[in-house]
Amino acid sequence: MSQIAFWGAVELGLVYAFVAIGVFLAFRVLDFPDLTVDGSFPLGAAVAAVLIIAGVNPWIASGVAMIAGAAAGIVTAILNVRFRILNLLASILTMIALFSVNLRVMGKPNVALINADTMLSPFYGLGLRDFYVRPLFIGSLVIIAVIAVWRFLESDAGLAMRATGANARMARAQGVDTSRQIYLGMALSNALVALGGALFAQTNGFADVTSGVGTIVVGLAAVIIGETLLGARGILIALIGCVLGSILYRIAIQLALSTDMLGLQASDLNLVTAALVTVALVLPRLRRGGAA
Amino acid sequence: MIKLDNIQVIFGKGTPLQKQALNSVSLTIEEGTFVTVIGSNGAGKSTVLGVLAGDVIPTAGQVMIGNTDVTRKGTAARAGLVARVFQDPLAGSCGALSIEENLALAARRGESRGLTPALGAKRREHFRDRIAELNLGLENRMRDRMDLLSGGQRQAVSLVMATLAGSEVLLLDEHTAALDPGMAEFIMNLTQKIVSERKLTALMVTHSMRQALDFGHRTIMLHGGEVVLDVSGDSRKTLQVEDLIAMFRKIRGQTLDDDALLIG
Repeated sequence: MSQIAFWGAVELGLVYAFVAIGVFLAFRVLDFPDLTVDGSFPLGAAVAAVLIIAGVNPWIASGVAMIAGAAAGIVTAILNVRFRILNLLASILTMIALFSVNLRVMGKPNVALINADTMLSPFYGLGLRDFYVRPLFIGSLVIIAVIAVWRFLESDAGLAMRATGANARMARAQGVDTSRQIYLGMALSNALVALGGALFAQTNGFADVTSGVGTIVVGLAAVIIGETLLGARGILIALIGCVLGSILYRIAIQLALSTDMLGLQASDLNLVTAALVTVALVLPRLRRGGAA
Repeated sequence: MIKLDNIQVIFGKGTPLQKQALNSVSLTIEEGTFVTVIGSNGAGKSTVLGVLAGDVIPTAGQVMIGNTDVTRKGTAARAGLVARVFQDPLAGSCGALSIEENLALAARRGESRGLTPALGAKRREHFRDRIAELNLGLENRMRDRMDLLSGGQRQAVSLVMATLAGSEVLLLDEHTAALDPGMAEFIMNLTQKIVSERKLTALMVTHSMRQALDFGHRTIMLHGGEVVLDVSGDSRKTLQVEDLIAMFRKIRGQTLDDDALLIG
């Protein structure tokens, strides 16, 4: 693997670290299997790309992308909490709807961002090679996100959210409005995923309506790889695990695809992904000694 | 003061499975009174507790806790007034959170929760002290996950959790039923100590007539969704388990087919 390919993998891993943290919030903290992310990731990319092309400041554009993602999460939460649709199904409904929404936002299936000013533009001319700048910049944002989410989950408000996922009945007995926690958690989760989408568009130079396919699998893979490597040792370790898992996953994919011996090509990506996630799911069980 | 006024609870109203769980139950509990509630299965004990906790919204009647009308308020909305220990040791705390996180969660029961760190140095110290009072050695395991504790340890921590924030009433739902006899006794004595030290108004549902008479100031027996016996003061002091059973038979005019359960 060339140096450029390696740092490219790290960069993509860092972009998807936002997805991993979002998925961690939904699946692990709230115990809400949320597939909305397959729609909110390209939604973030679409909103940011369209706004940036329209001349909006890329930071503001990314902020709006996060709000759009939060809104998508709230829609899923409403379907589940208010209308009592099974959580998984509620998120699939939103995901399907978002495909059309994303097409509307962009007006076409694909928007190019070449030559537009992105969040990264000011950093390109500072002497560092581009393929270092991108992971450094996104890595800094990831660190901020990890610290913010960590502090939140260890605050009074965050405890209420964790209790909602762990034992809703107990949470209510402690005065926690569990419905509100689901709204809040789903908004936060999908806002982070949408930010990942916005950064994806800005680092890769395009937003594509199909770029969301499999986002959930990638996010979940990162979470599981992180858990497998670092174990359950508190919130901060879990969040670092998400980031690490996301990067390692990308490197593993890159390795698999660039090893000529295996004879894989780019179109085999999804097959490799599924195989990797399966391995990550099965390994911890084998290690515990029991059959899967 | 707790006041239940003509509480009626009908489950599955209008369906073939309609069941009248409570039939105009009226009950006034003075502040600082420890009431024990007995009755056979399906008598309505848990429903009374549910009505007070907010899990069950009555079909008719009024529920007053302190000076607040909570009749239509859900569990979370009235949590500031109601502290609770569940029968299932797993139900009252979060297994995935640490002991101290569970305590932090309970310390803000019924209050708004902001972005302050849940476990500042001062709070940690306070929680540690409260847990140390249990003499179970748990003060050295404050960062352990709750699900590493035994059922009895979890109930003991749940009792501490119930008293970290103020409340108008403490609800104990057969909270020793799932424990071994030794641990059950420990938890009962702890309950007694906490309730009397803090002068709590408490309602304890129990299956054991022994427990019902040995603890508290007043005993209520429910049957078929009605209060069939309500004793306190001197008449309660002289009361024996055998008397209770005899009284029960007389009131209901029927024989008990489940003596073992009631004598406990």
